[in-house]
Amino acid sequence: MAKKESNFKNMTIALFVITAIAGLALATVYSVTKEPIAIARKLKINNAIKMVIPEFETISDTVLMPENGKDSIRIHRLLKGTENSGNAIETYTDEGFAGRFSLMVGFMPDGSISNIEVLEHKETPGLGTKMTTPKFKDQFKGMKIADIPGEKLKVKKDGGTVDAITAATISSRAFCDAVNRAYTTNKKGEKQ
Amino acid sequence: MNQLNNLTKGIIKENPLLVLLLGTCPALAVTSSAINGLGMGLATTFVLFMSNVFISLVKGFIPDKVRIPSFIVVIASFVTIVDLLMQAYTPGLSKQLGIFIPLIVVNCIVLGRAEAFAAKNNAFSSFIDGLGMGLGFTMALVLIGGIREILGAGSIFGFKFIPEGADGILVFILAPGAFITLGFLIAILKKTNK
Repeated sequence: MAKKESNFKNMTIALFVITAIAGLALATVYSVTKEPIAIARKLKINNAIKMVIPEFETISDTVLMPENGKDSIRIHRLLKGTENSGNAIETYTDEGFAGRFSLMVGFMPDGSISNIEVLEHKETPGLGTKMTTPKFKDQFKGMKIADIPGEKLKVKKDGGTVDAITAATISSRAFCDAVNRAYTTNKKGEKQ
Repeated sequence: MNQLNNLTKGIIKENPLLVLLLGTCPALAVTSSAINGLGMGLATTFVLFMSNVFISLVKGFIPDKVRIPSFIVVIASFVTIVDLLMQAYTPGLSKQLGIFIPLIVVNCIVLGRAEAFAAKNNAFSSFIDGLGMGLGFTMALVLIGGIREILGAGSIFGFKFIPEGADGILVFILAPGAFITLGFLIAILKKTNK
């Protein structure tokens, strides 16, 4: 087949047909994958909730603006029967070494931290990524931020109580920032 | 015979990454582990042969002057399809590879093969060429990812073989390790190909 001449009509038709086919193909794939993508995202959040608060039956969600921070925070209130079995807070910080990262922080009904899961992060491999390991995270277990002077978590370098990761103080600070944000938002949620 | 040559040239003689030095950006950025390299490689392979076949089929219909925009639209569509499919069925891997899947669009291997091969050859040869180039790219990525993972994290495909608590050589997980590994591989290939 001979090459089409590059005149206005041929070029317009060629581009129109190609983009129309592409648009149709993308629309089809999008509608097919829409549901699995939503399920995959939900599953990830639910798994994280189960990691931080192991025992619960139903979840009720509220969305709140934190006192300091650009975006709203989702609070998952977990109930066992009618009894509160803890809150899982989807929190974030913008102070990470590579920008924003997000955590799921679980608070028991008495206000102590039950567990923390890292949801999403871009920290430096081998340094900041150590915040996902139990060695760093487990020190928060059972901590009651209400009992800490100033009601704020800080790394030891800043006069606080948290053992920072070696060579990743910025990530550790940001981690504390995210947990603090979860704590204040959770408190705000309880009052309402 | 000729088809076999089309398939194998991408793997060693004209390996897109190690010989032609195309697509080095994703190659350096996502190869911190072997499994990431494999995922990235396979995604690129899929886009490569799909767009190669499609472009060689419609090449007679596309006027020369709008050749590049047409190719980019075709490639971008296939990349988006891969991206959506990965988000739906392999969410973990999709998270790991992040922005580098959408960036396959601007990977010079894909446009390079479309322009240099698919626009001049028939659909079957283009399919073979895309497959060969893709496999070559995948092999190179797995190799780099594997070396970096073994040296940097002390594991291979996620199986840790160094004791708990021990660290690998950190530099290999970070960006400089990617350059060092790529450099050594290219040097070895140059030497053996002489």
